[in-house]
Amino acid sequence: MDNMQFDLLALLPELVLLGMAMFILLLDLFILPQNRSIIYGLSQFTLFAAAFFTFKTHTPAVGFAFSHMFIDDTLSDVIKMMMYLGTSLIFVYSRKYLQDRSLYRGEFYAMVLFGLLGMMIMVSGHNLLTIYIGLELLSLCLYSLVAFDRDNPRASEAAMKYFVLGALASGMLLYGMSMIYGMTGSLDVSDIANSIMQQNKSPVLIMGLVFLVSGIAFKFGAVPFQMWVPDVYQGSPTPMTLLIGSVPKLAAFAMTVRLLVQGLHPLAQDWQDMLMLMAILSIIIGNFSAIVQTNLKRMLAYSTISHVGFIMFGMMSANANGFASSFFYISTYVLTSIAGFGIILLLSRQGFEAEEIDDLKGLNQRHPWFAFMMLIIMFSMAGIPPTIGFYAKFTVLQAAWQAGFTWQVVLAVLMAVIGAFYYLNIVRKMYFDAPVDHSPLTAPIDMRFVLSVHSLALLGLGLFPEILLSVCGRSLLMSLQ
Amino acid sequence: MMQADLTSISWLSLAIWLPILSGVLVLLLGGDHKATLTRWLALAGSLVSFLVTIPLYTLFDVQDGFFQFEELLPWIPAFNIHYHLGIDGFSMPLVLLTSFTTVIVVLAAWEVITKHVAQYMAAFLIMSGIMIGVFTALDSMLYYVFWEAMLIPMFLVIGVWGGPNRVYATVKFFLYTLLGSLLMLVAFIYLYHQTGSFELADYYLLPLSMKAQIYIFIAFFMAFAVKIPMWPVHTWLPDAHVEAPTGGSVVLAAIALKLGGYSFLRFAMPIAPDASHYFSTAMIVLSLIAVVYIALVALVQTDMKKLIAYSSISHMGFVTLGFFMFGQLALEGALVQMISHGFISSAMFLSVGVLYDRVHSREISAYGGVANKMPVFAGFAVLFAMANSGLPGTSGFVGEFMVILAAVKFNFWVGFFAATTLIFGAAYTLWMTKRVFFGDVANHHVAELTDLNKREFLILGILAILVIGFGVYPQPITEVMQATTSEFLKHMAISKLPVTGY
Repeated sequence: MDNMQFDLLALLPELVLLGMAMFILLLDLFILPQNRSIIYGLSQFTLFAAAFFTFKTHTPAVGFAFSHMFIDDTLSDVIKMMMYLGTSLIFVYSRKYLQDRSLYRGEFYAMVLFGLLGMMIMVSGHNLLTIYIGLELLSLCLYSLVAFDRDNPRASEAAMKYFVLGALASGMLLYGMSMIYGMTGSLDVSDIANSIMQQNKSPVLIMGLVFLVSGIAFKFGAVPFQMWVPDVYQGSPTPMTLLIGSVPKLAAFAMTVRLLVQGLHPLAQDWQDMLMLMAILSIIIGNFSAIVQTNLKRMLAYSTISHVGFIMFGMMSANANGFASSFFYISTYVLTSIAGFGIILLLSRQGFEAEEIDDLKGLNQRHPWFAFMMLIIMFSMAGIPPTIGFYAKFTVLQAAWQAGFTWQVVLAVLMAVIGAFYYLNIVRKMYFDAPVDHSPLTAPIDMRFVLSVHSLALLGLGLFPEILLSVCGRSLLMSLQ
Repeated sequence: MMQADLTSISWLSLAIWLPILSGVLVLLLGGDHKATLTRWLALAGSLVSFLVTIPLYTLFDVQDGFFQFEELLPWIPAFNIHYHLGIDGFSMPLVLLTSFTTVIVVLAAWEVITKHVAQYMAAFLIMSGIMIGVFTALDSMLYYVFWEAMLIPMFLVIGVWGGPNRVYATVKFFLYTLLGSLLMLVAFIYLYHQTGSFELADYYLLPLSMKAQIYIFIAFFMAFAVKIPMWPVHTWLPDAHVEAPTGGSVVLAAIALKLGGYSFLRFAMPIAPDASHYFSTAMIVLSLIAVVYIALVALVQTDMKKLIAYSSISHMGFVTLGFFMFGQLALEGALVQMISHGFISSAMFLSVGVLYDRVHSREISAYGGVANKMPVFAGFAVLFAMANSGLPGTSGFVGEFMVILAAVKFNFWVGFFAATTLIFGAAYTLWMTKRVFFGDVANHHVAELTDLNKREFLILGILAILVIGFGVYPQPITEVMQATTSEFLKHMAISKLPVTGY
């Protein structure tokens, strides 16, 4: 009985989220459309409450629940906190956009919260099935969110593509898991590691690994599993793009840590090469494809692919330094990309999507302040100091160098110059071109304020990167011990 | 007692952060609709920033060849990165040059810049702080952050206020420099994994195999050679210079180029001394190509700014030439040349700016007989032209003469080719001066010219005093660098190869 109590305590944030999400779904049925801000407020409150309980139940020790199905360690707590923050920002930035397009409905908030719950389960999954269930909960929410604007044919098309390819990826992941289960006789991550340690490498195990890595790469959007990324990014309503492109990357990272590091570390030599190949290809293909894009969302999609390449750069080192640097990279990337899409949402208004690169023309003359914010975001994405994006690239590169990937580092550095080109292109349009569109901003004051603080934080964290660096590094070390 | 108090102030941090803060202040308080306030704020900011660098000179101990005014704070403990500042005889004059040039740039922009005044002034103030950061950083990651951060304001300055082809020029400038810098970052990562720190002092003591030294030297070379710029990676400079507004050209020529030269002395050479000796012949040949070939290129230019840009490359060739002969005289000559070129090139670009503001053309053929209409200005311009071609009595002569003297001692032919600059430099500068200033009034634009106003007279006057002053009495520059140069040469003479060989 005592044990059960502890189990539930460890799951407290998840339970709060689950309860609140269901409550919001129900409440929405009885609430008048003009009072919908109650739902919005309640969703934000839910995130706050979940953060509160995550913080309160945090202990430096690793805790397990439900016979090792669920793990509660520092890494999962830190990632969850980042997810709450990210989701909260998404709510703030997307509110006006949804209102303008009569998408401001309770289902959106319930769906995002359920998706968040899925991610939290992925982060804390210590069993192949728990991880898979979390992933599916997340994916189903994302599929329906992409199709949320039902009458928009492009969004429906994107949802369809996302669903078919996503289902395929899930299938691959599951197939890989079944092979690993077959060879090790367990679904528990630590048991798998122990079992592999005691046996010889068999081809079936490697096959399983290949499928597993493919599934992970799919979720990340790494080459050669990147086909869905540009279409889904472009087709989805911008708040959904914002969601897909940001917080789930953290979950995917946690999943990778659980599966590859905690579960399959004895096979590190094998997955290192796979990750290396995918990292290099992602950086090259992502960067070169991004150059020719005229649609901002599509460009950011390709740039995401190259960022994923950098993230894998850290992971392929297969040591604590490498994973800590990847974690840091993902955190900064999530922070930066939410801000980037936030600017798109800020410039969009009723009947107008600011999603072409040319829509940013002359922003410095229209809104010098937000042009400056976008400048920070773009330089952060390009990895130019003193923004936080530079330290992300730096940590990843130094980790890869330490692991002996010399020519890969030099190649990545050259590709970063290509990357700088298309980010500069945005800055160029904002600062050097004359505006084509003179309409004023319609964004509410809270969004402007949060977006400003958020973008300035990219600069502030760049001046003092130690805080985030040590949080990422320490939490990962504590979990890998 | 008074002395002790003064030395306890963090002068270097002030020198870096005051201009940056005043830039932010100008950005926040200023604007196009209150342009006058913006200008005065910027001027006040730049003057205060200049004043706080003066103690660096007055309190500087010329006997000490190592770092002074050091400040050391932990910054990013996760990677053992420190906020470590300090100056020696190499960097101190450059810091003063930077803060001084910023005042000039602000004054030069006074009524010329009317578009986004606050952003323009703020960009230059912030850039000034960042560049002083580059000159004073003793932690290589801190240095790198400043080095790259400089690209952002410069990119905007050229792109927003530049000439017709500005976008091409500024993107080229950015990508060229970024490519070089990122390779330098790889070198730092390598050194970090060797020593576990980013401290420059640790790198100086680190023994390195020849192979490692060669790679490191090449990585640094890519970064610094682009910045200086050396032939054949110089092509961004004429584009950037021509398209930049006057202030941008001044900062590029007077300071940005020196960042490259300074960094050779601070990083590439002392970290990889054996590779520096190994590559010295190649570097000397590249420098001579810059001196001779680029001077010939300058001769055929029809655009005044382009001509001065090429002349800058040619003069910077002298600097690298002086570095890689590894002699006291050569090195000091190169350093004097850096400072003096800072004044002369500023003055030359400002002179072009004076004409451009009135006629809006940089073509030499658009002028002729300007001296008839602007006699005072012509006097200044001829003086600066003389200084640019290295006339004795101007600061341009001192550095060039020291380097040529050292070169002749080093190898006759090196000296011979270096000395040709006295002919070519005089040829392209004086020929341009003749075509622009002398002869009959060429067209109605020239006929309508008015002479210098008080502001322009003040700027050019100060520069003229400095150019002649340092030409007649270069002691203040040379004495501060003597101790540092001899320490540097001592360091360079000791091989860093591991004792077991490679």
